[in-house]
Amino acid sequence: MTLVLEVQQLKKRFVLHHRDGASLSVIAGLSLQVHRGECIALHGQSGRGKSTLLRCLYGNYRVDAGRVLLHQQNNVTDLARATPRTMIELRRSRIGYVSQFLRALPRVAAIDVVAEPLVAKCHDLARLSEEQHAQAWQQARTEAAVLMERLKLPSSLWPLPPSTFSGGEQQRINVARGLIKQPGLLLLDEPTASLDESNRQRVVELIQEAKQAGVAIVGVFHDEHVRDAVADRLVEI
Amino acid sequence: MSNFARQDEQALLIVNGLGHTYGGLQALKAVSFELFPGEVLAVVGESGSGKSTLLKILSSALTPTSGEIHYRSERFGKINIHQLAETRRRELARTEWGFVTQNADDGLRLGVSAGANISERLMALGVNHFGHLRDQANSWMEKVELPSARIDDLPRNFSGGMKQRLQIARNLVTHPRLVLLDEPTSGLDVSVQARLLDLLRQLVSRLDIAVVLVTHDLGVARLLAQRTIVMHRGQVVESGLTDQVLDDPQHAYTQLLVSSVLV
Repeated sequence: MTLVLEVQQLKKRFVLHHRDGASLSVIAGLSLQVHRGECIALHGQSGRGKSTLLRCLYGNYRVDAGRVLLHQQNNVTDLARATPRTMIELRRSRIGYVSQFLRALPRVAAIDVVAEPLVAKCHDLARLSEEQHAQAWQQARTEAAVLMERLKLPSSLWPLPPSTFSGGEQQRINVARGLIKQPGLLLLDEPTASLDESNRQRVVELIQEAKQAGVAIVGVFHDEHVRDAVADRLVEI
Repeated sequence: MSNFARQDEQALLIVNGLGHTYGGLQALKAVSFELFPGEVLAVVGESGSGKSTLLKILSSALTPTSGEIHYRSERFGKINIHQLAETRRRELARTEWGFVTQNADDGLRLGVSAGANISERLMALGVNHFGHLRDQANSWMEKVELPSARIDDLPRNFSGGMKQRLQIARNLVTHPRLVLLDEPTSGLDVSVQARLLDLLRQLVSRLDIAVVLVTHDLGVARLLAQRTIVMHRGQVVESGLTDQVLDDPQHAYTQLLVSSVLV
C-alpha cells in the first residue's frame, strides 16, 4: 500500500501569554501512518486533541515538535516545517480539510463555494482568457451540481450564499467543498454531525467512493455507524 | 482563495531589514518580508504599530533610515526602489504600482469626471485615442460595479463606497503588478464593505496582482490575505499563513489582538 501521510512523534501545546504563560499540552508525541485509499478514525474523548491534530496536519495550527511527512510521487514534504507558500500550494491541490463549521465568504453563492476549490486546483486563473475563465467555472459548477444533488441540496438554494442555511445544509456544502477536488489527503472533522440519517448515509457513500478513488483520509467521526462504515483503522488519541 | 504558486518564480518584492527613525523615535525596526506575484499579504496592527510608516516607505513617499526594498520591475529589472531616479520611480508609480489610499478623496481627482479619473494613467502613457480611452473607462466602471451612466459625473458627488471603487479602477487600469491597499474598507458601511471586499477578492485573483493590504481589521485580513504579518511597536512580531496567525497565535500581542475581536 502506498504511504501518503506519516506523522512522527507530533507534539502540540498552547502557551497562553495572558494567563501567565500557562502551557497546555494537547498532543504529547503522536505517530501514525495513512495509505492511499485508507481511512483512519481518530478516537478518544472530547478535548483530547482530535480536532487539534487535524488542524496541525492542515497547517492551521503550528506543530511544536515531530514531523508530518506528506509522501507524493516524487518527493516527501514535512508539513510541520513547510513555508506558507508551500502550504498554500498543497492546500490548493493536494490536501483538503472539512472543518466542523462552514466558514464561507459572504456574498458567494453556495454552488460557487463548492465549485471554487475545483477551479483553483485545475487552473492558473490569472493566466486564463475571459472565455477560458468562464469555461473553467462552467465545468466546475457542473461538477458541483452533481455533488450537491447527491447530497440532496435543493437547486433553489444553489444561487444563495450559505450563511442563512440550516446547520445540516451548511455541513453538506462543507463536505461537498472538501470532496470535490479529490485531494490526495482529506481531513474530515465530524462531517456528519448535523445530519439526519439519510443524509449521513449519502456522505458515507461519498467517503467510500473517495477511498476507492485513492484518497487517504484522516477523520473524526463521533457517530459509531459512520465510523464503522468508513474507517479501516482506529487511532487512539 | 485560489493561488497557483509557481514554485520556480522569483519574489516580486523583497523588503530587507527596514528601519525608520523620526528624530529620537524608532517607528520601524528590522522589518523583512517577501512578496510573490498573485499573493495578498496583510499587515495587521493597531495605531502606532508602524504600519503607516511601512506603507509610506513601500510607496516610496518616504526613504527609510535603514534597510532596503528591491522590486523586480518589468521595465527596469531588479531595482532598489529608493535608489531609483525620481523620473523612473514616478513612471513605476503610474504603471506597475498602485496605491489605494484610506481616504478616497486623497487618491482621486475630485474635479474631473469618473471616466477621466480612470483614463488618467492611460493618458500619461501616451494613449490619446478618445474612443479607446472611453472604452477602457466604461469597461472598468462595469468591473468595479459603478453605474455607467455616471461616467461623466464628478466623484465629489459619489458615496464613500463608490469613491473607493473608483480609486480601485483608477489604479488597476494599467494592470499594475503591485498594489498597496491602505485600510480599504475603513469608514464604509458594513454592506458596502462586503461588496468592496468581494470585488477586491475577484480582481486580485483574476489579475495576478501582488497586494500589500494594511488593515487593523482581522476579518478583512482573513478574507483577502493568504499570509499575514502582525506589527507591534514598529516590529514584526508574528508572520505566517493568515489562518494560522489568527487561529493559533504564538506571540503575546497577537493573542491579545485576536482575543479582543468579535470575529
